[in-house]
Amino acid sequence: MSEHPATWLLSGVRPLGGAACDLLLRAGSIAEVGPAGSLGAAGAEVLDGDGLVALPGLVDLHTHLREPGREDAETVETGTAAAAVGGYVAVHAMANTDPVADTAGVVEQVWRLGREAGHVDVRPVGAVTAGLEGERLAELGAMADSAAGVRVFSDDGRCVSDAVLMRRALEYVKAFDGVIAQHAQEPRLTEDAQMNEGELSGRLGLRGWPAVAEEAVIARDALLAGHVGSRLHVCHVSTAGSVDILRWAKSKGWRVTAEVTPHHLLLSDELVSTYDPVYKVNPPLRTRDDVDALRVALADGTVDAVATDHAPHPVEDKECEWAAAAFGMVGLETALSVVQDAMVDSGLLDWAGVADRMSVRPARIGRVAGHGRALAVGEPAHVTLVDPAARRAVDPATLASRSRNTPYAGMSLPGRVVATFLRGRPTQLDGKLTS
Amino acid sequence: MKRHLLSAADLSRDDALLVLDTAEELARVSDRAVKKLPTLRGRTVVNLFFEDSTRTRISFEAAAKRLSADVINFSAKGSSLSKGESLKDTALTLEAMGADAVVVRHSASGAPHRLATSGWIGGSVVNAGDGTHEHPTQALLDAFTMRRHLGPLTDRRVIIVGDVLHSRVARSNVLLLHTLGAEVTLVAPPTLLPVGVETWPCAAAYDLDSVLPKADAVMMLRVQRERMGAAYFPSVREYSRRYGLHAGRLGVLPEHALILHPGPMNRGLEITAEAADGARSVIVEQVANGVSVRMAVLYLLLGGSEPG
Repeated sequence: MSEHPATWLLSGVRPLGGAACDLLLRAGSIAEVGPAGSLGAAGAEVLDGDGLVALPGLVDLHTHLREPGREDAETVETGTAAAAVGGYVAVHAMANTDPVADTAGVVEQVWRLGREAGHVDVRPVGAVTAGLEGERLAELGAMADSAAGVRVFSDDGRCVSDAVLMRRALEYVKAFDGVIAQHAQEPRLTEDAQMNEGELSGRLGLRGWPAVAEEAVIARDALLAGHVGSRLHVCHVSTAGSVDILRWAKSKGWRVTAEVTPHHLLLSDELVSTYDPVYKVNPPLRTRDDVDALRVALADGTVDAVATDHAPHPVEDKECEWAAAAFGMVGLETALSVVQDAMVDSGLLDWAGVADRMSVRPARIGRVAGHGRALAVGEPAHVTLVDPAARRAVDPATLASRSRNTPYAGMSLPGRVVATFLRGRPTQLDGKLTS
Repeated sequence: MKRHLLSAADLSRDDALLVLDTAEELARVSDRAVKKLPTLRGRTVVNLFFEDSTRTRISFEAAAKRLSADVINFSAKGSSLSKGESLKDTALTLEAMGADAVVVRHSASGAPHRLATSGWIGGSVVNAGDGTHEHPTQALLDAFTMRRHLGPLTDRRVIIVGDVLHSRVARSNVLLLHTLGAEVTLVAPPTLLPVGVETWPCAAAYDLDSVLPKADAVMMLRVQRERMGAAYFPSVREYSRRYGLHAGRLGVLPEHALILHPGPMNRGLEITAEAADGARSVIVEQVANGVSVRMAVLYLLLGGSEPG
């Protein structure tokens, strides 16, 4: 797959932002760790890591790779390339493809395409209900037992709104330690919804997506998860009220986890007043108060993970009227920079915290073996190197993703992912793919 | 004046008064035997209507023609919303035709804004009604009509009644009337007032009868019958009783107060024939004034020579 040697010396890097040291990657594992300048480089390619922060390779719980079905927007190849460029070593491929990933056959196909591409480990997400129709359970066990080894199940894009079906799904996946990742959106309260419901939606004449439509479902599902003792994961939490409910659910000891997207940590709804659909996303951009609450929640661990909700769309699905445009933003290649901007540079989270929220906990929630581990001798060599002192202007034209719908075009963001190692081999160096 | 008219908020007080004063001058043209000025000769105005609205299109068409502009009517029903030609391709087509102004009506809020800011076209964009957002020339013609009867609108009390939530007319009127110094009160059942209305530059009330006695003008909004299925109100009968302008309420309304309606009316629902056709109704005048106001807008945006 890669022509680079199997042994790498990462010299002078700062694991989790701590003291500089040398990491020797050999045969897919971290073979040696020593003080900076202490490790010999015999037979190894040396990467001068002076000033770079080393993180365990990032794991995304929420990626839309679009294949099969929408290869005009993204493929497993291009989407995982974007992931590698962004510092990811594993991604969870969402199930809302065409055909839907609701059978062992489809999840195995996506998994196999991921292996062939080789940029990251692809963990397919299985649909909760057949065809995402919300009427009967998909064959969850068959997907769990397949070569893809599915552990995360989600109808993402749609909410499992039927309370009985949600209860059954939560119960059923206990048999194989699965988790239901809920897209929390009460459908009746959000019919034809276009943006956050508030003063601005009223003024812009765009139909509102009220916070209560998210919060009510999270509350119900947390209660259900507590009642049946199952694992619930809440996708893309977007409101301050959701944070309060999650905090309460966790205080009960229930097995509830949650993710927040980079864009909900940085952007707010006033951008919608441009009517530029690049800012159209579901759940919608919320208020500045929500953004602040989400940052605090990520910092204190109420929200467990950052997940990109990378949602590629072709140009024509965004170059149109707001109401006609598709929901979603690409995010894999900017996630770490956005998190640095919103969380690290603001003093809310250190790099150890970033590693925890972007690698350790996502891997644990997704039950991704071998990922999200410490940067220690004997662990798999999944390493992301970031230069926190760099700044860059986001240029959509240079994205590895097939799509260009980034809301950060032209923005200056801190940090640059310098290298990503998967099982000891670089998948990208200086933003360039190695394979 | 800005280059585009997308929102009533684009107009400063001076801009708004300039439009109204210019409209007064231009209205005199409509009283002449030859209703035509050479001001916009050689300029092209495109009426781009993604949504049916014969009355608004005809009004803009008459306005442009009375200023001697070339008028192209582009009925693009079946926008990208229904998988026809995209807004962008339509815009590029118009640009290729050399449109100096594009008058756009669209069911999607913000569509004129997109046309004006996307770089697809170079001409001025006039919002002729976009979704549930705004309809600034309607607000201008309403203000023009009220000003003719009431004089300057400073401190005048205007009541807007009905489906504010879905009304572009209400949004534009609140903004413009506030700019002109009037006091606006929105009256509707709570289900038909938008979230955040308390931040708008107006008052809001649920009870029509309590505000009518002090009104200088009352504007009745059209109620779409399809709102009923969505539980905004229990029945047409109940809506009419609580929010309709009927004979009983006419007695409470001051003698000098005007009755307006942007049309088309649901007679018997939000307004009875007695109110619509009575002496205080200026609904037919609104239509005539629409042409004058739109002439003024096109004239000022396209920077024509002095009206003669």
